Amino acid sequence: MSLLEFARGPAIHWSLIILTVGILWRLLGVLALTRGADLSRPRDAFGNFKGYRTVFSRSWPAGEFTTATMFQTSVAYVFHLSTLIVVFGVTPHIEFITGLTGWAWPGLPNAVGVGFGVMALGSLLAMILRRLSKPAVYCSNTGDFITWVLVALPLLTGLLAFGHLGARYETLLALHILSVCALFIWFPFSKLMHAFWFVFSRAQSGIVYAHKGVRI
Amino acid sequence: MSNSPSLGEVLDSQGFSRRDFLRFCTAAASVMALPASIAPTMAEALAATRRPSVIWLSFQECTGCTEALTRSAAPSIESLIFNFISLDYHHTLQAAAGDAAEHAREQAEEANAGQYLVLVDGSVPTRAHCSTIAGISNLDMLKTSAANAAAIINIGTCSAYGGLPMAEPNPTGAVPVGEIITDKPIVNVPGCPPMPLAITGVIAHYLTLGQLPPTDHLGRPLAFFGENIHDRCYRRPFYDRGQFAESFDDEGARKGWCLYKLGCKAPVTYNACANLKWNQGTSFPIQSGHGCLGCSEPRFWDAGGFYESVARGRFETGSKLGLAAAGGAAAGAAAAVLAQRKKKRLAAEHAEQDSDAH
Ligand code: SF4
Ligand code: SF4
Repeated sequence: MSLLEFARGPAIHWSLIILTVGILWRLLGVLALTRGADLSRPRDAFGNFKGYRTVFSRSWPAGEFTTATMFQTSVAYVFHLSTLIVVFGVTPHIEFITGLTGWAWPGLPNAVGVGFGVMALGSLLAMILRRLSKPAVYCSNTGDFITWVLVALPLLTGLLAFGHLGARYETLLALHILSVCALFIWFPFSKLMHAFWFVFSRAQSGIVYAHKGVRI
Repeated sequence: MSNSPSLGEVLDSQGFSRRDFLRFCTAAASVMALPASIAPTMAEALAATRRPSVIWLSFQECTGCTEALTRSAAPSIESLIFNFISLDYHHTLQAAAGDAAEHAREQAEEANAGQYLVLVDGSVPTRAHCSTIAGISNLDMLKTSAANAAAIINIGTCSAYGGLPMAEPNPTGAVPVGEIITDKPIVNVPGCPPMPLAITGVIAHYLTLGQLPPTDHLGRPLAFFGENIHDRCYRRPFYDRGQFAESFDDEGARKGWCLYKLGCKAPVTYNACANLKWNQGTSFPIQSGHGCLGCSEPRFWDAGGFYESVARGRFETGSKLGLAAAGGAAAGAAAAVLAQRKKKRLAAEHAEQDSDAH
């Protein structure tokens, strides 16, 4: 079995299973653990409902912090959006998803995909440099650094594979798939779960604040 | 052997001019990445060569490899060189059969011990009685013939990597030649079938320079298998622009767009199809509208469907993922229930302690 066969076969196979089991386990494990109801009367009749606004309103820092957080907010946006475009816009990725789900949509020209890939990797680099230079702000733990590496690797190997740089294409493709496998396995058990949690945690804080009449 | 005609004489008698032959040598030299200046020397050396002894063994194969080489519409220099060298023993082509043929093989092996080339097409079954020639198992015949060979050239993916006979579930226990013979120089010329020029190119290289050409990590001559077909494909601009044929008769297919989504395996395939092309440079599969099958790569039969793109993981079924999702959900729910129970128990204990304290 060659490296590519291993990557396309058992590796991606098992990592997808772990990803699915892991995400559902964590989602249900936490969501089914409901909080007891707050029996006090809400300050605002529609308070709880308004609380859901935080899901969106927290997408940008509150006015007084805008200047101070401008850099990481915009770089994080660049990273998240370009990664999303690369993951769902590049033809081989669409083909992979089609293979799994049957869904298909038109892909982007390669040059555009590469452009966004470079932007994603560049912004990721900018963010780790900031994290390293301001340890007091981030209080990073080992898991954060592992997460960074596991997110950076698929971007890096993907770009290398596309450009046939450094090794033969099939080796780079295999490494790219394997790096994605590692990311899939790590995903449910790391802070990467914020991809799901951000909705629930923002909503939860919003509801609590709204109930108490805090401006949100 | 010494009174057999030289290659030059054979070519003369077939009406090939020296200029034709020089052209072949220049082409062969250039694809083998030898300096162009070597062509005249190569032509001279080749023309003076007397019939080298070659034993061609055909095991579990479909004869496609031999056909590709010998059935070209007009006799090419490639097929002529092949005819010139291959007369000692070729089970499929030779007139003699049975005992007489086996005798010829044994005689050639004895007379040219240490000097003859063994060409093999077809994989070798390791299960008894799967394939025999004149009562001799393929395995035994290979071992005997290889024992005194100067070198072995595997013709086609079957002998090089196992090919179709080795495809799952491999009923005959087929293995490539290289798994049996480990103490001889071996060159693989894979393909299903391999390109005729690659076969004769390797032979010409051996006859001219007295050694096998440099190879890649899969034993393939770099001159022919050093480049990725996708990198040389004339449809590549469509790939780069994201223009793909979605079916074999849609507008994209008619406009000659990239065949990636229709299963083209060229991005992971190394062969010379895109630059040398087939049938005297007429065309090659991608040019005629069909994706590359990856036939010069090991285990290409088992590398996913021929019409599934390279990017599709070999994740046979979505139902396994569904099962995984259900398992994950169950685990999550169970974890939540356990956590709730623990919370209640702790709260109850706490309440008890509280009332005790009061
Ligand atoms: S490699 Fe292909 S063409 Fe050659 S013998 Fe095997 S199946 Fe036939
Ligand atoms: S047809 Fe095949 S080889 Fe040609 S560009 Fe498309 S994927 Fe590459």
